[in-house]
Amino acid sequence: MTDLATDICGIPLAGPVLNGSGTFDALAARRVFGDALVEEFPFDCYVSKTITMNPRPGNPPYRLWETPSGMINSIGLPGPGVDGFLERDLVGLSELGVPLIVSVMADSAEDFAILVEKVAAREEVSGIELNVSCPNVHSGLIVGEQPSETEALMKALRPLTSKPLIVKLTPNVANPHEVALAAEAGGADSVSMINTVKAAAIDPVSNRAWLGAGAGGLSGPAVRPIALAQVRAVSSVVEIPVIGMGGISDAESALEFILAGARVVAVGTENFRDPKAGKAVTDGLPAALERRGFGSLDEAQSATLA
Amino acid sequence: MRAEPADRPESPPAPFGRRLCEVAESRLAGGYRIFTLIDETGPVPAPGQFFMLAASGGWAGEEGRPYLPRAISHARFQEVPDGGMRLDFLIDEVGPGTSRLAAMKPGDQCWVAGPFGSRFSLPRQLNEDAAGAILVGGGIGIAPMAVLRRELVDRGIPSRSLLGFRDQAHSGGVEELFGCDEIRLAFEDGSAGHKGYVTDLLLQLLEGDDSRSAAVYSCGPPAMLEAVRQICLQRDIPVELALESPMACGYGACFGCAVPKAGGGYLRLCIDGPVVRGDGIASAMAGEPAVD
Repeated sequence: MTDLATDICGIPLAGPVLNGSGTFDALAARRVFGDALVEEFPFDCYVSKTITMNPRPGNPPYRLWETPSGMINSIGLPGPGVDGFLERDLVGLSELGVPLIVSVMADSAEDFAILVEKVAAREEVSGIELNVSCPNVHSGLIVGEQPSETEALMKALRPLTSKPLIVKLTPNVANPHEVALAAEAGGADSVSMINTVKAAAIDPVSNRAWLGAGAGGLSGPAVRPIALAQVRAVSSVVEIPVIGMGGISDAESALEFILAGARVVAVGTENFRDPKAGKAVTDGLPAALERRGFGSLDEAQSATLA
Repeated sequence: MRAEPADRPESPPAPFGRRLCEVAESRLAGGYRIFTLIDETGPVPAPGQFFMLAASGGWAGEEGRPYLPRAISHARFQEVPDGGMRLDFLIDEVGPGTSRLAAMKPGDQCWVAGPFGSRFSLPRQLNEDAAGAILVGGGIGIAPMAVLRRELVDRGIPSRSLLGFRDQAHSGGVEELFGCDEIRLAFEDGSAGHKGYVTDLLLQLLEGDDSRSAAVYSCGPPAMLEAVRQICLQRDIPVELALESPMACGYGACFGCAVPKAGGGYLRLCIDGPVVRGDGIASAMAGEPAVD
């Protein structure tokens, strides 16, 4: 059996498969599937949905639209807020038996700092992902679209914790590698990519925007080639490891991301089609590695893409 | 006296993951189609619950759609002697997903996840003084009503079914799923039964009834459900509705199936529903259209 053990930012992992933030609610899944969810947990590391300062109801319906080989969502980060999350949700998530990364988002560096300090203080948390696809209330700019804003935010947050800080990159920029370099310069331990691609749909009956929020983000195999290009562009210029995602649906597509330069991968939209999609990716990796002539995961991770 | 929704019988957890089930049969039923899957490992599904279905071949086909599985309530289940279950689904071909499911042939394989979601309460759980149940189904929404009716029959609880359809091309499965007793039909085009809406029949029934002993259950198009909800709320009659909403996963992962709650915020229909109390939501109109 091929050894798939690896690590990300010093966090040891039994394998290279994470979930994309917001694509697998482990607490809801445990209610639905019972203890089998924990016994056969499909990921090697669990990334929480994005946590915000205050509780949020999320966007008005409709929130979903099916596209060719994908879907658009505009969920709007519903959640209990950081205090509710730390008080209630974290206990259940710590029972999953895998390292836990908590995703956070705020609309100012000050609030980001509060979130990072509160979350990092909890020993159940192995790392923090920064969702920077949100406007800064002071500048009005989306942090993750601006290298300077990204670097400034990282410099403000870096001193607050020694735990890994991962910046989730948006694909909705001309040069994602510039934002990645800025994150690295600011002290990020890793970048994860890609977030969803900005997208909209028109209601076939009313002729207006289908999504309650007007527009949303495209995910699924439809975005995979975009994600691969961006992972390749970023991983060739940064030293920090890349967490690759964007339409991964099986072991073969997961391996494509590793060959494009990702150290580990995340499964997102495929979880909606198959609750055990993460496990299917892991189970298929040894054969996929062998088919492409790699003796180990490490060999594939070290392969340099021409 | 109203009972709390927590009194609903508990359903066992769904098997983790999805499983391939063989198509045993697929046949026209009026303007609809009924197809049958053999589920060898799933638990007995409860009335109101649903499954996520995707044909194993030709999903994400030529046009890249359908891509997501479709949430569909079973219309009937029957345990088979050598283990497992026959699950019947009633579908109307309205888009790429339902068309692909309708095109499945006996021997084909279908991905199945579930059963998911909440079930209907029993009448006495919904209303301590309930004398029986009134079931109001519209279009393919008659499917979960048929499952509930069958459970009520098995438990010896009286029920009356009111079923409404647009026209003959958008109807089917009534005789097969309901039999003939205690059913009243409404067709909007007047081709059979009452000419008009099924809610007309509900109003007639409630006029002749003591509404304090009523318990109403409904599934159908959002506009019909909202009408049923309003009729019941105005008369202080406990009502449970099985709603639809665009839904990617069925198990709480995607947060797509938001339905506005009474008093603000949203519920996730897949895990907080699909069966909800009429007074628990702000409107039944937010989820259309769900299954295509």
